Amino acid sequence: MTPFPVASARPSRVEAPQAPKLHIRDVRLEYGARTGRTVVAIEGISLDVPDKEFAVVVGPSGCGKSSLLYLVAGLADPTAGEILLSGQPVSGPGPDRGMVFQSYTLFPWLTVRENVEFGLKRRKVPPAEREDVVNRYLNDVGLAAFHDAYPKQLSGGMMQRVAIARALANDPQILLMDEPFGALDSQTRGSMQKLLLKVWERDHKTVLFVTHDIDEAILLGDRVYVMTARPGRLKEQVAVSIPRPRTLDMVMDPGFIAVKRRILDLLRHEIRDDED
Amino acid sequence: MAARRSLLQRCLTPKTEVPRALGVTVSSLVWLALIGVWAGLTYGGVMSEIFLPTPGAVVEAFARLVGDGSLALHVTASVEVVLIGFIISSLLAVPLGLLMGTFHIVQYALEPLVNFIRYLPVTSFVPLFILWIGIGIEERVTVIFFGTFFQQLVMIADISRGVSKDLLNASYTLGASRRDAVLHVLAPAAIPGVLDTLRVTMGWAWTYLVVAELVAASSGLGYISMKAMRGFQVDVIFLAIAVIGVLGLLTDQLFRLVRLRMAPWAQ
Repeated sequence: MTPFPVASARPSRVEAPQAPKLHIRDVRLEYGARTGRTVVAIEGISLDVPDKEFAVVVGPSGCGKSSLLYLVAGLADPTAGEILLSGQPVSGPGPDRGMVFQSYTLFPWLTVRENVEFGLKRRKVPPAEREDVVNRYLNDVGLAAFHDAYPKQLSGGMMQRVAIARALANDPQILLMDEPFGALDSQTRGSMQKLLLKVWERDHKTVLFVTHDIDEAILLGDRVYVMTARPGRLKEQVAVSIPRPRTLDMVMDPGFIAVKRRILDLLRHEIRDDED
Repeated sequence: MAARRSLLQRCLTPKTEVPRALGVTVSSLVWLALIGVWAGLTYGGVMSEIFLPTPGAVVEAFARLVGDGSLALHVTASVEVVLIGFIISSLLAVPLGLLMGTFHIVQYALEPLVNFIRYLPVTSFVPLFILWIGIGIEERVTVIFFGTFFQQLVMIADISRGVSKDLLNASYTLGASRRDAVLHVLAPAAIPGVLDTLRVTMGWAWTYLVVAELVAASSGLGYISMKAMRGFQVDVIFLAIAVIGVLGLLTDQLFRLVRLRMAPWAQ
């Protein structure tokens, strides 16, 4: 143990750049190698997500952005390349990489409370602590009053809020979000974005978020990665320096529009390339 | 806006609700019509009583067999056989079917064989079973088992195959092991479908019971039908059929209740 933990911790943060929370290097993903008709879904993707960053991946549909998330989650294995979380190679799924899916994945036989509790139970967290954690995250997503409801009694937006609480309850190192608001109507999507901004700007949990909605990407993200059409490669990364706290009406700000124009431009070239 | 649809229009529009009172009336009328035609044919003398008993004769047969206690005896015998056969079959088919739909290796191992056996008519095995097992309760249980097990297996495997992979993936990202995923995601997700399968196959178990009892039995509802045929007691045959129908209806309702209790989230 160092006798001066405070003194030793401080300079290290300033001197050396911190190791990234998530490190993806030269990742390639092929499908159908067995059938002979190989499809390259992802080609040579490298990106680093620093701790406490909200990183967003946008790209045309079918570009492999969801596949990238599945690789980080450990639900699929890359054909080549490496993925490190806090310096440890990812092998298989785990609660340190919580995920919110585009489809509704609440367990319909469990109540809202039991859904949020699911990961805690698997990890053998004692009941008293489980109760605290569940209450805290249900409060965060504004669903404390619905703890005994079954998923079928909830709207789509509410179900996704529970899914977010369920992933956060495990206190993952990184939160993976695969177009979580893609199936919601635009009003609900707006309120979900507001909620996510509120929770994120308080806790600064490291996030890797995938969407095809450019407004959403800019509104939420610190950095936006633009992907090419299949095979998916990273075309460019765009830093979003719009100050926080952010609000939904910032989509009208000149700064926002400048970033949006740049991303649209990148994507437009992408679509034109694809048509040649 | 168009004017409110008339009752007739609602009745003729696909998948449109009709008032409950109307529905109940129509159901009752169909029953009344059926019994009315039956009464007309028999009391009116159109059909000879040797082939078609009067409703009154069936009620009398019911009273007679209840009175001498033989109906209770035969019903108990039949229910016993159906339950034993059905329970043994279900206890094996549910876990095995879930495994078959979940693990591709189990599917490869079992599916071709099961599909082969599934298409063999159970009735063609009855002589063989009698030869091997005799005409005791074991033979009837075997017929029921053979008739339901392979069907259950295939249907339950389909249900487990239908459980969304996203649910399993979600559980993995929450820290579930593969064992957790099977026990805490796949199994509960399959419960409503499994109960539906059991409800449907229970009806088949009753069918095979009668097949078994017609050929080799000394008690049971199939047996009294067979005996009644030899003595031209058509009223008893009708009674046996009606009792089986009522028992089937009761087990069906029982399964509905069990499903309501075990999977209230899926209603």
